[in-house]
Amino acid sequence: MKPYDVVVIGAGVTGAAVARELSRRKGRFVVVERSGDVGEGTSKANSAIVHAGFDALPGTLKAKMNVQGSQVMEDLARELDIPYRRNGALVTCLNPEDLPHLQELYERGLQNGVQGLRLLSGDEARAMEPNLSQRVCGALLAETSAIICPFELTLGLAESAVQNGVEFRFSTAVQGLEKTETGWRVHTSQDVLETRVVVNAAGVAAGELHNAVCDRPIHIVPRKGEYMLLDKTVGDHVSHTIFQLPGKLGKGVLVSPTVHGNLLVGPTALDVEDPEDLAVTAAGLKDLQEKAALAVDRLPLRQVITSFAGMRAHETGDDFVLEETAENFFDAAGIESPGLSSAPAIGAYLADRIAQKLSLPENPDFDPIRHAVPHLAGMSPQERAARIRENPAYGAIVCRCEQISEGEILDAIHAPLGARTLDGVKRRTRAGMGRCQAGFCSPRVMELLARELHTDLLAVRKNGPESRLVVEQIRGEDKP
Amino acid sequence: MRHDIVIIGGGPAGLAAAISAREAGVEDVLILEREQELGGILNQCIHNGFGLHTFQEELTGPEYAARYIEKAQALGIPAQLGATVIDLAREDGVLTVTCVSRQAGLQCIQAGAVVLCMGCRERPRGALNIPGCRPAGIFSAGTAQRLVNREGYLPGRKVVILGSGDIGLIMARRMTLEGAQVQCVAEIQPYSGGLKRNIVQCLDDYGIPLKLSHTVVDIRGKERVEGVTIAAVDDRMQPIPGTEEDIPCDTLLLSVGLIPENELSRQIGVEISPATNGPRVNESLETSIPGVFACGNVLHVHDLVDYVSEEAEQAGRNAARAVLGQSAETGREIPLSPTGAIRYTVPATLDPARMQETLTVRFRVKETVKSGQIRVLLDGKEVLRRNRPIMAPGEMEQAVLKKEWFTGTEQTLEVWAGPREGGNTNG
Repeated sequence: MKPYDVVVIGAGVTGAAVARELSRRKGRFVVVERSGDVGEGTSKANSAIVHAGFDALPGTLKAKMNVQGSQVMEDLARELDIPYRRNGALVTCLNPEDLPHLQELYERGLQNGVQGLRLLSGDEARAMEPNLSQRVCGALLAETSAIICPFELTLGLAESAVQNGVEFRFSTAVQGLEKTETGWRVHTSQDVLETRVVVNAAGVAAGELHNAVCDRPIHIVPRKGEYMLLDKTVGDHVSHTIFQLPGKLGKGVLVSPTVHGNLLVGPTALDVEDPEDLAVTAAGLKDLQEKAALAVDRLPLRQVITSFAGMRAHETGDDFVLEETAENFFDAAGIESPGLSSAPAIGAYLADRIAQKLSLPENPDFDPIRHAVPHLAGMSPQERAARIRENPAYGAIVCRCEQISEGEILDAIHAPLGARTLDGVKRRTRAGMGRCQAGFCSPRVMELLARELHTDLLAVRKNGPESRLVVEQIRGEDKP
Repeated sequence: MRHDIVIIGGGPAGLAAAISAREAGVEDVLILEREQELGGILNQCIHNGFGLHTFQEELTGPEYAARYIEKAQALGIPAQLGATVIDLAREDGVLTVTCVSRQAGLQCIQAGAVVLCMGCRERPRGALNIPGCRPAGIFSAGTAQRLVNREGYLPGRKVVILGSGDIGLIMARRMTLEGAQVQCVAEIQPYSGGLKRNIVQCLDDYGIPLKLSHTVVDIRGKERVEGVTIAAVDDRMQPIPGTEEDIPCDTLLLSVGLIPENELSRQIGVEISPATNGPRVNESLETSIPGVFACGNVLHVHDLVDYVSEEAEQAGRNAARAVLGQSAETGREIPLSPTGAIRYTVPATLDPARMQETLTVRFRVKETVKSGQIRVLLDGKEVLRRNRPIMAPGEMEQAVLKKEWFTGTEQTLEVWAGPREGGNTNG
């Protein structure tokens, strides 16, 4: 069989962005992912912010990619049919002694080429955000800062790539790389792939892959971040993303609305040994509550509906590693914040270099437009009525908190990269993401998954292969 | 499309409200039910103990529901099934209920009156900030109840239950009967949130330990629950270091409270009581929006379905009176003040002019009261005194007020509960 032109390792936001950019060219591309879905690693749990780009040091790849990514994100979101909102950010200064640092941040932003930056007094900031604390003595307003849904961005990029001919292989873990005359032989848990080029977008596992092919090692440290998500009834507690200027009181945490109308508080930052240690800790949650309260008053913490942790792939060199590390082996490693914001730029940057190297021709059939699963709760009554007339399953509400219909869930299951698990349905449709946290809808969604995938409830998983939801059938027609 | 009375929800509250509205003389009553059948949560409550007050019989949940469903059907009350109300609005005095269903698509229904009967939902894990992983195997007790009783699947074999709400207690017994091993029920409060009879019949009878003043401080397991850590808590409900105990299990059930489902009530701007999380209602069980009534668990969480039915009958009758123009002229509203150990009362206000001959005031205490007493004071003068051997937060109490007590000039109405002389509060 003809070898692949490119094997991308990792179906997170970076891998998906690289894949979609590659699909603008003609070639044979595949993304291999060890878990069962896109965005299962760092991409699924982060601050969901499109940073303006004032934070990274001028001249770094982080600064360059962030600013470029931020500039194209709105158009990209439109192409991929995913939510995006330019809500602006306020970096709050909580201590007058730190005001010079706020000034530095402003100047750094200008150097990085960030538009729409403005220094505000504490009162000016409070006039924009009435719930800001009296401690806030100054703020940097970044008008271009935005919010996005990280899972939908990843899925949108991946489905767009699929539409344009990229293959995705899930539950396929890379076990070894072997140099060949024409490129690489990739040994996976499923089979062996021959390819000309490998892209390492393996998140917290990227260090291992890099070090396997290169004698200049990098060190990826899994850095855990814990978050709390609050109910939509308090989603407008702040309208901007509220950062805290790192200073005497530590690094601080952010308080931000989400594109879906919730309020997000986080993250903590703790280096851990186990990259799969996604446990939320009592100390972490307490830390979040205390720190968030420094900048934002009256935080309605009784409205927390869930807490979770994400894993950053922190590289000790503190910058993205984007280079041809070994012949035909391209790294996209150390992609931590602002990785989400930078993904479109990283994708374009690496795809360009690879296309050049392999002399890949343009793909004249590339279609940038992808359609997401429709979201009926966001539609006007007229539009919604029309949709239900077309497909009555859109009228059968399954998730009452988020008003998600059976039709939307079926669409998510039958999409190009369809949902196979309860979490897969949740991330694609929001069924189960509301205030009851899937109490009512999970049995219904499990039934739909079983029915559509022609299996039974015993085979339905929450997420990974061991995460089954029920263990035994005790009654029913099929029960002997 | 217009209906005189639209009932949102076809569970026990909605059924009783619809029947009483019809019996009070309103022909055009419509029930909107989001599930595919009437009966609400009763359909998954296959244990018995329902109907002791109403029918002097011990019925199962589906049997109790069937009595009302049959009656509603005999009266020819229409119900749309699989119809979820997505919006409730009032413009220029007109109530509009917007709902979607597979059969009828999106409908905007105008209503003379609306009775809110949406019930309640369970508090999820996130609301408790329990640390640990997020594996499969963590269910609210009601979700597990549905999986076992409706779907016929066992969610796990080795179970820890957090919270001693009634559904948790019932599920401790159910899981045991289905062959699972229930390790313990941990309750953060020093008292159970459930009915005494459920503790005896569901835990004691099966030797399942109830660990009061204990909570879950860690959940282990990457994909499926592998174990939890429980710990004793101090009187500020903070875990006490050194008391941690690891319990291997594959399932954690949560029964940590119920929250009235008032999303629609909020949409239309109904005033919500912070004490009940339900609408603030007057003696007619009418909310702050005229023509919108509430009853059952959407109003405040009940322990017994019998009282839900009773309250709903009242709401249905009052909605009928409003539609038929039979409501008495408004007099003056007197606030009901919960005092002593009382956390809240339903209703929250009372207009003697619109009150029926008697009015049942339902309330809960904040803490356990032994050798207790309930007193009602009108303008500071005691009009009712009743001894109660024990009152607990997990059991709803009531006091029946009489219209004859009121002259129409009263300023204050206090409902008090606490220890009688020589009694004590505990907890």
